[in-house]
Amino acid sequence: MSNVLVFVEFNEGKPSKAGLQALGAAHTLAKQLGGSTTAIVIGEGEPGDLGKSGADKVIAVGGDAVAHYSPDGFARIVATHAEAVDANVVLASATPMGKDFMARGAAIAKCGLAADCTELAVADGKVRAIRPVYAGKALQTVEATGKLWATLRPNVFAEVSGNGSAAPERADAPFGAGDLKAVVQEIVAGVKGKLDVAESEIVVSGGRGLKDPDGEGKQNWNNLNALADVLGAATGASRAVVDAGWRPHGDQVGQTGKTVSPKLYIACGISGAIQHLAGMTGSKVIVAINKDENAPIFKVADYGIVGMVEDVVPALTTALKEALGS
Amino acid sequence: MDIIVCIRRAPTTDARIKPGADGKTYDQAGVNYDISEYDKFAIEAGITLKEKHGGTVTIVSMGPQAATKEIRTAIAMGCDAAHLLVDDAQHDSWSTAQALASKVKEMPHDVILFGWNSVDNQSSATGQMVAEILGLPSVSVVVGLEIADGKAGVERLAAKGNREKYSVNLPAVFTCQKGLNKPRSANMKGIMQAKKTQVPETPGNAPADGLTVVGLESPPPRAEGQIVGKGAEAVADLVRLLREEAKVI
Ligand SMILES: Cc1cc2nc3c(=O)[nH]c(=O)nc-3n(C[C@H](O)[C@H](O)[C@H](O)COP(=O)(O)OP(=O)(O)OC[C@H]3O[C@@H](n4cnc5c(N)ncnc54)[C@H](O)[C@@H]3O)c2cc1C
Ligand SMILES: Nc1ncnc2c1ncn2[C@@H]1O[C@H](COP(=O)(O)O)[C@@H](O)[C@H]1O
Repeated sequence: MSNVLVFVEFNEGKPSKAGLQALGAAHTLAKQLGGSTTAIVIGEGEPGDLGKSGADKVIAVGGDAVAHYSPDGFARIVATHAEAVDANVVLASATPMGKDFMARGAAIAKCGLAADCTELAVADGKVRAIRPVYAGKALQTVEATGKLWATLRPNVFAEVSGNGSAAPERADAPFGAGDLKAVVQEIVAGVKGKLDVAESEIVVSGGRGLKDPDGEGKQNWNNLNALADVLGAATGASRAVVDAGWRPHGDQVGQTGKTVSPKLYIACGISGAIQHLAGMTGSKVIVAINKDENAPIFKVADYGIVGMVEDVVPALTTALKEALGS
Repeated sequence: MDIIVCIRRAPTTDARIKPGADGKTYDQAGVNYDISEYDKFAIEAGITLKEKHGGTVTIVSMGPQAATKEIRTAIAMGCDAAHLLVDDAQHDSWSTAQALASKVKEMPHDVILFGWNSVDNQSSATGQMVAEILGLPSVSVVVGLEIADGKAGVERLAAKGNREKYSVNLPAVFTCQKGLNKPRSANMKGIMQAKKTQVPETPGNAPADGLTVVGLESPPPRAEGQIVGKGAEAVADLVRLLREEAKVI
């Protein structure tokens, strides 16, 4: 069988972008394999019509047992339905949630997990997944020995939109709320309205060249935030500034921070150490602003400006405001 | 409290990774190794728990014999004992998890700690898989951990910087993320201790992988870029290029 089951993650009652991208990838793959696409939604009241986004069939699992996220619970549900629809491929987006429970799900199914894939292809009737390893310093191509469980990197796969329709079939969780091993009890919200670097289409990052925000660098970081605001971008940072306590951990881009692949990445006052490059060279377009024309960041930048962040960043914000009419 | 920390020997983060002659694994020439970065947070978490609640911290690692170097570093930081599952091959997370689970199962364990992600294989999966195999609760990407009365209060970093709070019964598996603690460095006493500590070895007997690697390639090089200009005067050209050439704004 060549059916594909895909978990579609929701966010505030709506399918998330990453979830729809995973559904798009599932649809494209199922077509190549001559199978069908089943979307599974867990714990959402009204999943809407995912038929328009590529699902042939939608399963909506509800009830008390899934009122809150649980890694073991979500894993069991997805593994159970994967078997029920005879799925040869099981997909989810490689978000914090997908990465968490898909590993348990694959273990239930006694399968490997191809994590954070950036490409899926069919060769000789077998599905091949490509995934960055060693922080993107190499690309690994894998095939499953049995069924393929995989998570897909957000912002890489395309959504599909069509005029299909699939009314959700309701299902209950195959366990009660009391059977779960770990359940979210409370969510402490991150900074309100803050975009996540890993999920944003544009990222503006600052490095040590911006200097101490509690000292002479105060204006530089304000300027960086203003640039991010004009572009609707998330702010990122190098490890040097995170370790200095200038920016939060969650902002760190790089091998031991977040891997980002936005359409535009603007590096300000960042030298371009190998560990930083590892996290951002998957970006579509890279801009670098650095006073040192020999900084390694210019080797990967599509466009570079040699100059002081003090001057260039505010000038860029002004020029963009004009160009974007905002 | 019996604490187990699973650590992985991995190429240092500044290593240049080139595909090897087999086209499937990387060329190990000139590559240096270290404890995979996030496993250091797991080691620190284990030692902190021991200091607070008493007990022992035991390292379990699967890898080549050379991994005794990384294991000794962990002992020098303050871990008590270790076990090496000797296996020279590179395995996927499913195979690794099964091998680790078989070893951990026969050891006393209240808390089993992992890194949230290995810097080389990057599956973010091994810890959760071990938990599933052993039928234990797991919380991944942990940035807060307190233990009292046989239960763990855990904070996990989720999307958008949100923190999910869990309370789970022990034994349990936690995978550790930066922010949980600051890994200590080894002191002289620890280094002496590490020299004396025996590291028992048994064959890894890693079961078959769930994934077959069919190729490893360097990513395509980025197209040559351009320096648009110098200083603030260059921004007009940059904005034009971003709009008209790159079409990203
Ligand atoms: C195990 C390990 C893991 C690591 N993981 C990561 C990671 O995930 N992410 C990461 O980023 N790093 C990581 N690093 C750190 C990395 O090696 C570098 O130290 C770090 O990226 C440097 O940060 P930076 O570019 O901000 O600072 P620097 O290297 O100090 O560069 C500052 C740059 O700013 C420029 N500059 C200075 N003043 C100005 C000005 N006024 N205007 C314009 N430009 C200016 C300078 O020319 C310089 O190029 C890791 C290191 C190790 C050992
Ligand atoms: N060979 C190994 N030996 C011991 N622990 C490992 C091994 N491989 C992975 N781990 C643990 O599993 C974590 C996650 O690895 P991964 O699933 O590859 O991202 C690592 O941070 C380690 O704690």
